[in-house]
This record gives sequence, C-alpha cells and structure tokens, in this order.
Amino acid sequence: MSAGLHPNFISSNTAIRTEDVCRHYSMGESVIRAVDGVSIQVPAGEFVALLGTSGSGKSSLLNLIAGLDRPTSGAVVVEGRNLATLSREDLARHRLHTVGMVFQSFNLIPSMTVIENVELPLRFAEVDRGQRDSLAREALDRVGLGQRLEHRPSELSGGEQQRTALARALINRPKLLLADEPTGNLDSRTGTEIMNMIREFNETLGMTVVMVTHERALAEQYAQRLIFLADGKLIDDQVNSSLAATPAQGGHA
Amino acid sequence: MKAYDLAELAVRNLRESVLRNSLTTVGISVGVASLVAMLSLGIGLQQLATRRLVRSGLFDTVVVTSRRDLRNFNRSDDSATIDPAQSPVLDEPSRQKIEQLPNVLEAFPDLRFITSFTYEDKPHLTMAAGVPFSYKSNDAFEGMQGSFFSSEMAPEIILQKTFAAELLGRTAKPGSDEVPVAELAKPLVGKEMTMRYAERMDSPADAASGPDTGTESGRTSYSIQSHELKLRIVGVTDLDPDSMRGPVRARVLLPLKLLQSLHVMQPTGMRDTTQATSKIPTYSTVSVRVKDPGKIQLVEDAVKKMGFNTFSILDATRSVRRFFTVLDLFLGIFGSLALAVASIGIVNTLVMAILERRREIGIMKAIGAGDADIKKLFFTEAGVMGLLGGALGVTLGWIIGRVINLGTNVYLRSQDLAPEQIWFVPWWLVGSAIAFAIVVSLLSGLYPAARAARLDPVQALRYE
Repeated sequence: MSAGLHPNFISSNTAIRTEDVCRHYSMGESVIRAVDGVSIQVPAGEFVALLGTSGSGKSSLLNLIAGLDRPTSGAVVVEGRNLATLSREDLARHRLHTVGMVFQSFNLIPSMTVIENVELPLRFAEVDRGQRDSLAREALDRVGLGQRLEHRPSELSGGEQQRTALARALINRPKLLLADEPTGNLDSRTGTEIMNMIREFNETLGMTVVMVTHERALAEQYAQRLIFLADGKLIDDQVNSSLAATPAQGGHA
Repeated sequence: MKAYDLAELAVRNLRESVLRNSLTTVGISVGVASLVAMLSLGIGLQQLATRRLVRSGLFDTVVVTSRRDLRNFNRSDDSATIDPAQSPVLDEPSRQKIEQLPNVLEAFPDLRFITSFTYEDKPHLTMAAGVPFSYKSNDAFEGMQGSFFSSEMAPEIILQKTFAAELLGRTAKPGSDEVPVAELAKPLVGKEMTMRYAERMDSPADAASGPDTGTESGRTSYSIQSHELKLRIVGVTDLDPDSMRGPVRARVLLPLKLLQSLHVMQPTGMRDTTQATSKIPTYSTVSVRVKDPGKIQLVEDAVKKMGFNTFSILDATRSVRRFFTVLDLFLGIFGSLALAVASIGIVNTLVMAILERRREIGIMKAIGAGDADIKKLFFTEAGVMGLLGGALGVTLGWIIGRVINLGTNVYLRSQDLAPEQIWFVPWWLVGSAIAFAIVVSLLSGLYPAARAARLDPVQALRYE
C-alpha cells in the first residue's frame, strides 16, 4: 500500500468522503466543537484507524459516518450519498444496510439470546423468519460462536460478546464496518482474536473498515492508514508505514 | 418491522419487567371491570324495568278501535280521512281480516264487563276480562301464584291480588306493607266462586227470517238473559291493573274463549242497536299482537288502511327508553373514569420503560431501526397491555356482576321477593369493552411512543 494509489480511489471507488464536516454541540453558553472542519477520504476496501485522545472527536466523526448523528455543517458522503441531506428514515436504512457497527461495550440487548441479537437487524429489514435463522447461524459460525446460540449475553465472556456483536454487524452484509474501540473492554489475547477477525472481514469480504482507537500500537498493527484527530481537527493522515513494511500481515489488495 | 415480529418483541419486552407491566395491566382491567360493571348494571336495570312490559305484550300490541266509536283515540288527522259513519264495523269478520295481515301473530277481541262475583255468599262487584290462552307463556304472569288456565274453555279464573285481598277482607291500609301474593293465594286457590253475567241472545224473530234480513233494514234486536256460572280459582297474580294495558287490565281474568262462548253482553252492545250494519256483535276493541316489535308501525299502517283507529304503546315508551340511554351514558362515564386513571398508568409505565430501555432503544437505532419501528414497538406494547387488561377486566366485571347479583337476590329472598336478574352482560359489551381498552391504551401509548422514537441514539449509547 502506497500513497500513490490514493488518486485512483478518490475518482472511482471512494467509500467515505467528508468535506469540511463540523459537529458542534451547545452546552449552555459555550459551544463544543466535537468535529471541526474535517475532510477525509476512505477508498473502498481500506482499513482505516481514527486515532486521538479522549475528546478528540474521533467517535463523533465515526457517528457521523454511521448516520447516527448529523453534521452541523459540511458533507458526509458514504457510498455516494450525502448523509447530511437524508431523512431520518433514510438514515435508518443507511445504518441498516450500508454500515455494521461494533462498540467498546458490545451493546448487545441483554434480554435476547445470542441468535436473537444477531438476527435483530433482519427483523428491521423485514426478512422472513426462516431465512433470518439460517443467516444468523451462518454469521455466528463465521465468528466461531455456532454452539452458543441460545445463551444470553450475560452468560458469555467479553470476547464472545464482541464476536456476537461482530456477527450482528455482518448479518446485513454491509459495505462498511465501523468499530468504536472494539478491544477496549477485552484482554489483549481476546482483543487480538477480535482484531484478526475484523481484518479477515476486511480482506475476504472486501469490507471498508473504520476503527476508532486511542491505542496507536493496535492501529499500527492492523490499519492501512492512520488518521489523527485532536480537538475535533484533523492533524495528520498517513499511510501506515509499519504495516506496509510487513505486507505478509496486511496484504489485502 | 412485520406485525408478527412487532407483537413478539412487544410481548417479550412486557415480560422483561413483568411486575410493573402486570400492575399496569391490572390497572386497566380494574378500569374495564368498573366500566363493564356500571354498564351491565344499567342494562340489567333497563331490562328489569321493561322486561315484563315487553313480554306482557305491550310493546308488540296494537290496539284497534272502530272509527265509529267516536270517543276512542280519535285523532284529528285520522278522522279527517274517513267519515266515521262510512267506516267499517269492528266485528268478528274484521278481526279475522286483521289476523290475516302480514306480521300479525294473533288478533283477539277485548271482552270486559263489570259484574258481580259471589264468594262465600258475599257478592263483590268488579271488572272482569277475557285473557287469550296464548298468555300462558307471557311474562306478565311471572309473579303469579297458582297456575294458568288448564284449557281454553276451562271454567277457571285468575284473581288480581287486590281483589283477592278484598275477598279475604285483608285490604292493606295505606302506608302498611302489602300482603305477599303467596299468602293471599294459599286460602283461595282451588276454591269456587259464582259469576253472574248477562247473555246476549239474538231475538228468535230475526233468527227465523234468515241471514239476509239483518242487513235489509239494518235493524238489530236481541234479548238479554241473566245467568250464573261456577268458576274455580286457579291463580292470584301480582299485576297492578292500573299500570297495565290490554286484557290483563282487570281484577278478574277468565279464559277468552270461555267468555266468547258465553256471549256475555258487552257495554258496547247497546250501541249495536243503533249503529250496527248487521246483527253480528261488534267489539269495542281488538288487540293485535305483532310478530316483532319492530314491525309495529307496518301493522299499524295496514290496519289504518282498513279504516280503523290504532294505538300502540311504542310512542309512550320512547321517553322511558331515552331515560335509560341517558342513565347508561352516565354510568358509562363514571365507569370510564377508572379507565382514564388506568391510562395514566400506561403512560407512566411506558415513559419509565423508555428511561429504563434507553440504551436498548439506542442499540436498535444504531443497528438500523427507524423511528417508525421504535414507535410501533411501544405502540404495540401499549396495545397488548390494553388487550390483556380488557380481557381480564371483562372477566373481572362479569364476576363482580355475578357476585352482586347473587347478593341482591339473597337480600330479595330474605324480603320474600322474587329473585331478579339486575345484571346483564351482553356480548356487544364484552367486545366493545375490550376494544375500548385497546383504544384507550393506544392513545396512552401515543406520547411515550413518539418520545421513544425521537430518542437520540448517540445520547442513548453514550452512558453506561
């Protein structure tokens, strides 16, 4: 992976493009500029890490890409559609079909079993019951949880919960996988397991991955590109040279 | 989301906080129960008030009189159409014609006369009337002691209770309690009494000159002969003749067929001598029973077309029915108050659920649920609570009704009164009470559902 590839991706195959995007919150008298004029481009199939300290705006930017939030100004174009101009229902469809999300705290619904959690997006997509079941089993097999379908999240380890969340994120076959500190609540061994899975989806399914993390080492180990944010502003956007140096691990194209 | 998935998720969510949702559902059911209880009380009371009137033949009876009878029911609009002198006579052929009309069950003449009855050598003057045998199955005789006439021609009589009291010399003083019917019937039923009556006999001269001669000059003549007849008392009724109409409006009741065979001279018989067009006796009144109270107007119109005057109780009872409609409305409003309180409970429960399931709503939105999905989910939860609460409430209301009915009847029996059904839950009330509970629940769910749908997923997911 080299910087020279970028122009091609911009013109033909850009998964995500933000243009001077801002997300400001008003807190009483003061205005918090969570995201402040960020412009980035992510080619389809790329694994990007958003890096920064707490409060740098990396999660806010991820939420804008996910369609969970709307920009105060600027444009967020994902798969050719400007999310800033979509209706609430169209944004919901964007979250349902275009993106899959995993979170630091897994965000599984505690009252549902593993398989019910995984097939929940299919309910919103109005997929038939029988088809739902087989798709969910398939997704759970892929993350190695085919044997724990009827357990509740509280009966699972952290790693198993995050694998369930991954299966759920995959179930609608989205083009984008957005991960917000996916290993933040895991020990290093299970964290590595999860990261390897995410990389596998990136490589075998061709999913574009945007991962938010504050761990530079983790980002350097998996991401092809590192985007640094601080105080809501883009401060650096660089190709991950350490990954490029070890193509055995990151050879995706 | 598909309807089935919605229902499944809603029921699952309700089961997650089973205590709170059960309490809310019980709240709804108490509201529905009070509504059902109030309305079924109103309906029961209405039936109690009108049952005997309806079944005693007041609502399905048209009273027919001749326009020649100038004193009776002569409304200006009727008399304007036909000259009374040209109008038909109300006699046996007319009665048969009326009986042939569509929707008519039977038409019988009103035979009544004032005469003297001798009981234990003491004469008593009173009004006697003939009752058709079809009244055997009539609820007017529900409160009767003894039995109905054994046959159409049986020499038997039924006494009205005040006359029975008079015979026994037990006339109630004003203000004191009435003597129970059973107590009056005991010494009287089975006893005999003698009725004096006047028989109308066609004069032999007319009879000899053949059937045509009667019409030739319009002359009618007959003789009257006094007779006595022994009659056996078979029953004592609790009917109040002043409040009744039709054949039971008398103090002594005899089988109609028996009276007809006796050719008892009627007070109207006098008029026949000057007005009759034939020597066939005329009736002052013919009562027409209609197959269905709803057809009364049709029958009335048909009889009017024949040239008779008609009268039915339908107009008179309109105000009674209006009163009960208003009563039901008020009982319904009071019953709904509890349901209104319950609806606040639904709002509270669902708003609590939003706070509690904030994160869950955020997750659902993050993985692709739209505002409409979340709204429908909360809406369905409210509807399911309404359905369950409604069904439970109707059951509860029915049980309360049964218990109060039982209690009332125990009290009535202790007061030597006949048991009454003061409680009635019709099927339409069951259905509409459940439907009403669902509608109220859905209305209560409007605000929580809208609030849940508006929830910002970023905010909802931010806090652990």
